[in-house]
Amino acid sequence: MTVNPVAVVARAQGLGKHVTGPSGTLTILEGLDLQVQAGEAVAILGASGSGKSTLLGLLAGLDSASFGEVWLCGQPLTDLNEDGRAELRAGRVGFVFQSFQLLPTLTALENVLLPLELTGNADAASRADEALGRVGLTPRAGHYPRQLSGGEQQRVAIARAYAPRPAVLFADEPTGNLDQATGEQIIDLLLDLRTESGAALVLVTHDPRLAERCDRRLRMHDGALEAIQ
Amino acid sequence: MATSTWRITRRLLRQDWRSGELYMLGAALILTVAAISAVGFFTDRIETGMIRQGGELIAADLAIDGSSPPPQDYLEQATRRGLVAARTLEFPSVVMGTEGPQLVQVKAADAPYPLRGRLRVQDGFTAPERTVEQGPPRGEVWVEARLLRLLGEPLGAAVGLGETRLRLGAILSYEPDRGGGLFQFAPRVLINAADLPATGLVSPASRVKHRLLLAGDLAAVDAYSAWLKPRLPVNLTLVDGRTARPEFESALDRASRFLHLATLVTLLVAGSAIALASRRLVERQIDAVAIMRCLGAPRHLLMRVFVLRLALFGLMASLVGCLVGWLGQLALVATVAEWFGADLPPASWRPVAVGVATGMIALLGFAVPPLLQLTRVSPLRALRRDLGTPRASAALAVLGAALALALLILWQARDAELAGKLLGGVALTVGTLVLSVLALVRLARELAGRARGVWRLGLAALTRRPTFAVLQIAGFGLGILALLLLAVVRVDLLKTWQEGLPPGAPNHFLVNIQPQEVEPVRAFLHGQGIAQAELFPMIRGRLTRINDRPINPADYENPRAERLAAREFNLSFAERLQTDNGITAGEWWPSGTRAPAFSVEQGLAETLGIKLGDRLTFFISGHEVAAPVTSLRKVRWDSFNVNFFVVSPPALLGAEAATYITSFHLPHAREAMIPELVRHFPSVTLLNVDALLKQVRAVVERGVLAVETVFLFTLAAGMLVMFAGIQASLAERRTEHGILRTLGAGRRALLGSLAVEFTATGLLAGLLASIFAELTGWLLAERLFGLQFGFNPALWLTGVLGSGLLIGLAGTLATYPLLIRPPLQTLRQAG
Repeated sequence: MTVNPVAVVARAQGLGKHVTGPSGTLTILEGLDLQVQAGEAVAILGASGSGKSTLLGLLAGLDSASFGEVWLCGQPLTDLNEDGRAELRAGRVGFVFQSFQLLPTLTALENVLLPLELTGNADAASRADEALGRVGLTPRAGHYPRQLSGGEQQRVAIARAYAPRPAVLFADEPTGNLDQATGEQIIDLLLDLRTESGAALVLVTHDPRLAERCDRRLRMHDGALEAIQ
Repeated sequence: MATSTWRITRRLLRQDWRSGELYMLGAALILTVAAISAVGFFTDRIETGMIRQGGELIAADLAIDGSSPPPQDYLEQATRRGLVAARTLEFPSVVMGTEGPQLVQVKAADAPYPLRGRLRVQDGFTAPERTVEQGPPRGEVWVEARLLRLLGEPLGAAVGLGETRLRLGAILSYEPDRGGGLFQFAPRVLINAADLPATGLVSPASRVKHRLLLAGDLAAVDAYSAWLKPRLPVNLTLVDGRTARPEFESALDRASRFLHLATLVTLLVAGSAIALASRRLVERQIDAVAIMRCLGAPRHLLMRVFVLRLALFGLMASLVGCLVGWLGQLALVATVAEWFGADLPPASWRPVAVGVATGMIALLGFAVPPLLQLTRVSPLRALRRDLGTPRASAALAVLGAALALALLILWQARDAELAGKLLGGVALTVGTLVLSVLALVRLARELAGRARGVWRLGLAALTRRPTFAVLQIAGFGLGILALLLLAVVRVDLLKTWQEGLPPGAPNHFLVNIQPQEVEPVRAFLHGQGIAQAELFPMIRGRLTRINDRPINPADYENPRAERLAAREFNLSFAERLQTDNGITAGEWWPSGTRAPAFSVEQGLAETLGIKLGDRLTFFISGHEVAAPVTSLRKVRWDSFNVNFFVVSPPALLGAEAATYITSFHLPHAREAMIPELVRHFPSVTLLNVDALLKQVRAVVERGVLAVETVFLFTLAAGMLVMFAGIQASLAERRTEHGILRTLGAGRRALLGSLAVEFTATGLLAGLLASIFAELTGWLLAERLFGLQFGFNPALWLTGVLGSGLLIGLAGTLATYPLLIRPPLQTLRQAG
């Protein structure tokens, strides 16, 4: 398989993850291959405990694989230590989590500012304002997460993810904690922003309706991925 | 990246401020710095004040003594440097009253006298004392009460002094510079120096002690002193207020030791609060760190942000601590205000630097190691909460705390040996505390297995997390220990100190008793109901050699050593060791020994560099007497009992010409016996040291108050540790209680288990704290302060039961809100 490093933002080859527990070694991923093109939206479906989140963590460089290779934004992750992987993520990778994961003691605007400041972005303030405006939360800029509804918190998280204009965005069950209507609004927003920014989206979900709105759908089963037509 | 570090740090600090995450750590830090800087400011001011106060003992900041007036140049130099000057002349003379002549010690003083301190006079024997700024006006003489009695004249009458007659203006009840040559004075007579020529008593050949008193700005005094020292001829002596009197030095040295000790205890206890608060801070930061790691923050950036954030926070908290310390020292100063008056100089900036440095060292040692674990948080935790928290490195935490403590104790104690002992003590205490807690937790586990209901739940909760239980009980134990030490040190130890100066401390000395008068004096005193007075022989001698080295005052750099080397000592001989003396090295001689030997007071030995086994040679009444030093003694100079620097067996000095001395307590009501005593024994000199005794007693009382004030910081630190412990336990049990309630556990059962758990924790902590408090009190009393320490059974009762009750109640009350909240809310907060 030949790969155009510019067009492919994330790629896994022969990826495996084992963990050792009290009842012996547990295989979570086994010889998995995946390629995510720039601007593409990929949904990964699967039952609870099927290894979706583990795959997401490995693709984003949050964890290291037991074997196999992962490339992120054209760089092989095996060559990098944890700090190197963090620096690679900075500004290039965005995250949206099921439980929002906003810093409770920062305001909505400050939460959006955080990744921009971590990368030393010169126009951090204007980009954070713009991103918050794009998700329709300018009036709530000074509010703390506890003062926002679940949907609003997730919109702040999306603004935080897109503000540094990443090449790829990983979303882990982004609607898992929200009601159906709010969930759909969030998906609309995620996909719209993906189109506007040209970033790839890797979406982990167990909701087939959300998956359907992505370019490609993959199912996680027995530690391997299979395409869904 | 530097800009972003700074920006993120600033934002996080603002967030810390708003969220209150750092309040506990801040409070612990502020307390530590406040205690250190309050004592720092206070001792700084007291030390400067002491020079003034010591100055009060010589009625000036500096004095130049000589048998002739000091050169005019000295006075001109002093005036040029802005110093105020006054002259005094002292000489023995005779005052003529209707009852005949009376031997007196005249002091003639210039108008500005006294330059430091105040004179106090009475307008009749029973009239109240009043403070006056200056000495008598021209034509007036002020006399001591006993002289007025001896003269048999009323105030207002005229008495003859040399060729002139002066009016008896007032009774001189207090003279700041009366000390010094305590045993050489006949009754004091104070006149205005302007009346001196008219008396015709002073001629160039007269035996007069001239003194030039100088006072002014501290820097100017120091500069003048530095200018003068190399020029000073041998017949003139420079007297500095700092080293004016050993009995004050002793009391103040003890007060200062108590203060520093109180500070160190505060430091220890507050250190535990800092460590506990840091642990909690780390727990609350883990998620934020995981998210930042996800967003691409490398470890070194987070490290920089955390260190910078802590440093800035530490700096701010330390500055606030200094401010609190400054306010605290005002309270401390208030305790001694009466003694120092308005003269206490302002504090320097040095304690601020010391305070900030202490704060930063404490923070680095106690808080940075737990925060280091934050950099090991995996970014994966943002996805998977079940990952838990990285384990803190216990070795690193202990090493950091130990290093910080060692540095701070060494710095504060300013004495490597004392610091070593303290550190050893702390290490031993903490080690034993941890081992004891582990043993007790194991015991509780056994008990939990057999218990039922709330008892089982409560005891099991205590033993489920042994590390946390050890931390918590050790923390509580330290808190209780601080409270108990307050009881031990504040009440027992300070009482012991005060009892060193009981109400019946001797207030009168009889000196110059001739050998043939010993028995009549003893019989007279016995007849007056003063049976306890012991008469001691006193022989004057000058130390001429230590081994083969001749004594030359100029060889000593220490001014006290120089003065001691230059003057004659009072030596004595005795069969038995005085009851209030203690041998610190060597052995006291056996009764009836013929072997020559000297027993030397420890302080004198240290000052003059005399060691056990050294051969001392004294020049006594025209011949030399030599003997080896066979023992060193500790003497309590502030007890006001008669004591001697050097004592020999009777066989060595018994044949020398001696006079005798005794001291006894005479209540005011019985002072009427004094004229009779003086009539019976006209050659014996009676000295009333009531005023001096009052001064020393005031130093002790004020010292006790000051130490109590500093212990308030320790108390606050102890409370803070307990609060931090409860807070930490609150976070630990939030989830647990949510789940238990969801599963249907009743409020009453949970409340009961909480009460059992906290009360058991409190009892264990109290038991350990009582043991350590008693041990610490004993060690401090016996080893550090040289006091007798009495064991206190009430302490155990209060310690164990009080701690069980206090922690049981406080812990249960603090955790109670978890029980009344809906379980879902509790779980959400925990999640």
